[in-house]
Order: sequence, then structure tokens, then C-alpha cells
Amino acid sequence: MTEALKDLGTHIELKRSDCVLGWQITRGELTVDVAPANIAGFVEFLKTDATCKFSTLVDITAVDHPGRAKRFDVVYHFLSMYQNQRIRLRVGLHEDDVLASITDVHPSANWFEREVFDMFGILFSGHPDLRRILTDYGFRGHPLRKDFPTTGYTEVRYDEVEKRVVYEPVNLVQEYRQFDFMSPWEGADYVLPGDEKTEGSAK
Amino acid sequence: MMDGSKFDDAQTGEQKIRNFNINFGPQHPAAHGVLRMVLELDGEIVERVDPHIGLLHRGTEKLMESRTYLQNLPYFDRLDYVGTMNQEHAWCLAIEKLSGVEIPRRASLIRVLYCEIGRILNHLLNVTTQAMDVGALTPPLWGFEAREDLMIFYERACGARLHAAYFRPGGVHQDLPPKLIDDIEAWAERFPKVVDDISELLTENRIFKQRNVDIGVVTEQDIQDWAYSGVMVRGSGLAWDLRRAQPYECYDEFDFRIPVGNNGDCYDRYLCRMEEMRQSAHIMRQACAKLREPENQGDVLTRGKLTPPTRSDMKTSMEALIHHFKLYTEGFRVPEGEVYACVEAPKGEFGVYLVSDGTNKPYRAKIRAPGYLHLQSMDHLGSGYQLADVSAILGSLDIVFGEVDR
Repeated sequence: MTEALKDLGTHIELKRSDCVLGWQITRGELTVDVAPANIAGFVEFLKTDATCKFSTLVDITAVDHPGRAKRFDVVYHFLSMYQNQRIRLRVGLHEDDVLASITDVHPSANWFEREVFDMFGILFSGHPDLRRILTDYGFRGHPLRKDFPTTGYTEVRYDEVEKRVVYEPVNLVQEYRQFDFMSPWEGADYVLPGDEKTEGSAK
Repeated sequence: MMDGSKFDDAQTGEQKIRNFNINFGPQHPAAHGVLRMVLELDGEIVERVDPHIGLLHRGTEKLMESRTYLQNLPYFDRLDYVGTMNQEHAWCLAIEKLSGVEIPRRASLIRVLYCEIGRILNHLLNVTTQAMDVGALTPPLWGFEAREDLMIFYERACGARLHAAYFRPGGVHQDLPPKLIDDIEAWAERFPKVVDDISELLTENRIFKQRNVDIGVVTEQDIQDWAYSGVMVRGSGLAWDLRRAQPYECYDEFDFRIPVGNNGDCYDRYLCRMEEMRQSAHIMRQACAKLREPENQGDVLTRGKLTPPTRSDMKTSMEALIHHFKLYTEGFRVPEGEVYACVEAPKGEFGVYLVSDGTNKPYRAKIRAPGYLHLQSMDHLGSGYQLADVSAILGSLDIVFGEVDR
């Protein structure tokens, strides 16, 4: 299995050295780092090339790393029913980068790209209909970004007086409880309330 | 003037023939939940379908980022709430793959047994409610009787009828009592008769065939373009089943057949599901027989970092007690890395893409639900058919909104 994946990785790198930044096999899965510039062409190559034939799009998603210069990783998963192989593509993106849509190659990418736009705010150029998909009509913000609070910003309720659903800013009766049970002996970085200043001044 | 010479008034802008838009759902019994579809109709013919989803969006993926791996497990029951253990399975497989844990053989057999129960639960619901969408009321009543039996098996294994939380990283929560295995086997012996009864109602039924044959035809090209999986693929003649193609757990040692259709229409998908239920019952009987063999006895959890110590250890060993406490407060840690694990859920390929940063909570977990892709192609499948066919097609796509909206 791993041998076949190695051959596949080498083959892809040789054929499309302009797109491939690197590849590795971990836990029996092939991951290819791809340059964002020609993603659509590369996906097209994966679909049509006889040794790859990755004709089924399994998933498109993103991972937010706020600390990095290239904040987002957009991750594509493909499956070849003919070769019985899987592949993962990873594209690093800056916060305001626009990625080319692959809906022309895989029509099934349509909703996945809408979802990534909805959840992370990554724009896809050439997408036929880049609306929000999972969140409410008129929703603001991108929930799966790490800087978006889990509680959100607005809450809704049915107003008996106005006879309609009204939107209000979130009003928490108690602070959202985020328990951290990480072991204090193993690297958890605790700052006790009130200690923030002494930490700063000690340095 | 009634002599028919004055018909110009029918040509005013107001009265010009135009397409008609209707809302299908979100409160429509054939929408299988909270789907709103905006249909553009030309008379009775559907011109365009625009599904609006997200009405059941609960932010599962966001919530998962602030909970430990074990606390996240029950969220998977709430995705596709019809065949719940199959989803838990994907989550457990992802964690086990990332942390390199092998589960005991008995646990593996129990997982197979309960995944097949989940498959039958799902197919019974889908086949019979799809029949209800096209006008038959008896099948759901018969199907739900069998579903009730299966949910009692769920209950006897883990205490819950739907939201089981029974599969755990490292095995399954508890062993099955011998009487339960006997009862499941006896049920699996009886069950093909139930399938035959339902089949007698539907398979040659004139109305059922008129509503399903040649409706919603899926070709091999469609499968690739719209990334179908599960019965949507098998109904069109491709014998693609992850249990066979990329075996996980111990499916490779079970004897079962993969039914495929010829025409790829709603009717063939119905036939596939019926045959899959018979095959699942066959797998269940094999699993029950294997569970009784002496070499397949033993523990159902890999005792280690991922799982709690045994009750008797906790009474005698301080370390075991500390471990138990830390496991249910801090939770276990999963090595840094990323992994994609998938299972052949009843609806198709259900996958989890898990990114771990080495702490006790997932950094990012993406749930890949088959229904999301199937529903996406509703415009492609439904256009050109009649309004009444939309509910037949939607029924045969097998949509459950828990997993589509997440």
C-alpha cells in the first residue's frame, strides 16, 4: 500500500513539478502540498491522468491557524474508485488570498466551497454562486475561524409583542464556561486571575 | 362581446405565462426534516431546484473544538440520527488511527454487529418512508415494528435507543450479555421474512413502480461529477463498497455480497437497499456465531491511555483510580497530526478529517456527510421531472438533516 502511494507521489511530482511543493506519506495517507496558483489545473490533471484518476471529490475543508502568516490551510480529499486510492491536497493561503474554484472540474465542489466561504470567509474565484450555505440568512462573521466565539454574537427569540422573530446581541446569564482540564504538570500554561500583570512585569 | 374576437387582454404583462416558484418545505412531510427547496416550475415540470439547507445547523464542528475527544463522541449520534453507531465508528477509527491503537477482537466483532444493525435501521426507515412519499402507508408501519426490535437491541447493549455513545476509542463501552447475542441471532434468522413481506407490498406494486422506475436516473458520469457514494453508486451498477474496497474493522473475514442495480433509477436503489438488508442480516448471523467462539472471548476495551481501567482495578489500585479520574476530566491526548477515516455508513461514505495539535481536544474536525453531496445534486437530478417526482427522488437520495446541516 505504502509502496503504491510512494510511486504515486513520485509520479505526480514528476508530472506537475510546477504545482507540487512537497509530499509525504503519514499513516498510510498521501498528502501533497500544492501551490495555490494553479489549483484547478492540478485537480484537472489528477482527474484525467491515467495513473491517478482521482475522479471523485471527497471533501473540501479548511483549517484556521491564526498564528501563521499563511493563516488558512485549504484541504482537498480525493478518491479514485478506479485505482482504489485516496489523496489529500493542502493549500496554504494568506487571510485575504482568493483561491480558484474547482467547480468546473468537479461540479460537486459547489457546496463544499460555499461551506468553506461561509465558515472561514475564504473567497473562491469563478464560483457560480458563492452564497452562505449553513448559517442563517443575513448572518455575519465566519464561525469556524478561531477568533469567532463559540457563543456567537446574536441570539434569536420569538417576540410575543411584535409577533415575529427578533435578533438581539447575545446576553449570557453566566460566562461561557470553558473548562481546561489539561494537566498542570504537563505543559498547561495557567495564568491565574490577577496574575497577568506580575507575569508581564517580571520579564 | 363573447364571440371570441377579443383575446388581447390575455397578453398583458400581468398575465404573460411565466414560471412559477414554490417553496417545498421547510414544513413538508416529504422533505424528511427541515429542507427548504425553492422549485421553479414550468407547469408541472421542474425547471430548477435550489435547496436551502442549514435550518438544523448546530455548529457541531465548532463545538467539537472546545470539548475533549470523548465528550465529542455523542455529537456523532446526533448527525444521522437513524443509524447512529456507524458515525461513532468513524470518529473512533480516526482517533485509533492517529494514536495507533489496536482494538480487541471481540470489540471489533461487536462493532461489525452493531454497524449492520444500524444499516438495517437506516434502510428500513428509508425504504418505507420513501414508499410513503409515493403513496403507500402500510410499509412504514411494518418497517417500524422491526426497527423497534432493533432499537431494543441498542438499548440492551448500551441503555439508549438512539443516541447510543456505545463505540468508544479503543473498543466498545461494555460487553454484550450472552442472552442478547442469542436474541439478536434469532431476530436475524427471522428478519429476511420481514423484508420479503415488505417486498411483497412494494416490489411488484403497480403504483410504486410507476412512481419509481426510470425516475432520478444516475449514470456513471453523474457518480463522478457529483461525488456519490453508497447506494447512489451501487444502484447504477458500480460495485463500490468501502467494506470491500478498503476494508476496515474485520469486514474482510465476513461473507457478504454487494448488490448492484442496472438502471440507476429510484427503483433500483430501492432494490439495492432491500438486498443490503438481507446481506446485513447475514453478516449479523456470522458475527453472532463468531462472538460465541472461545477464541473471541475477552475484554472489549484496549486497556491503556484511551480507556478507563476496569472497575476491580479501581477498587484496588490507586494509579487506576487516578487514571480514571484524569481520563474523565482532562481526557486523553491524541498525537499531533492529521488523519482521514471513513466508513461505509448506510447512506454512503461517512468520513472524519481530524487535525490534532497534541492536546486533549481536536484542533479541527471536519465531518464529511454523504447526504450533503447527494442533496447538492438535487438540481441536476430533479430538473426536467414532474413536481410529484421530486419527493420520490428526494426519498431515494436518503437524506437526513442531522448530517447534512451538522
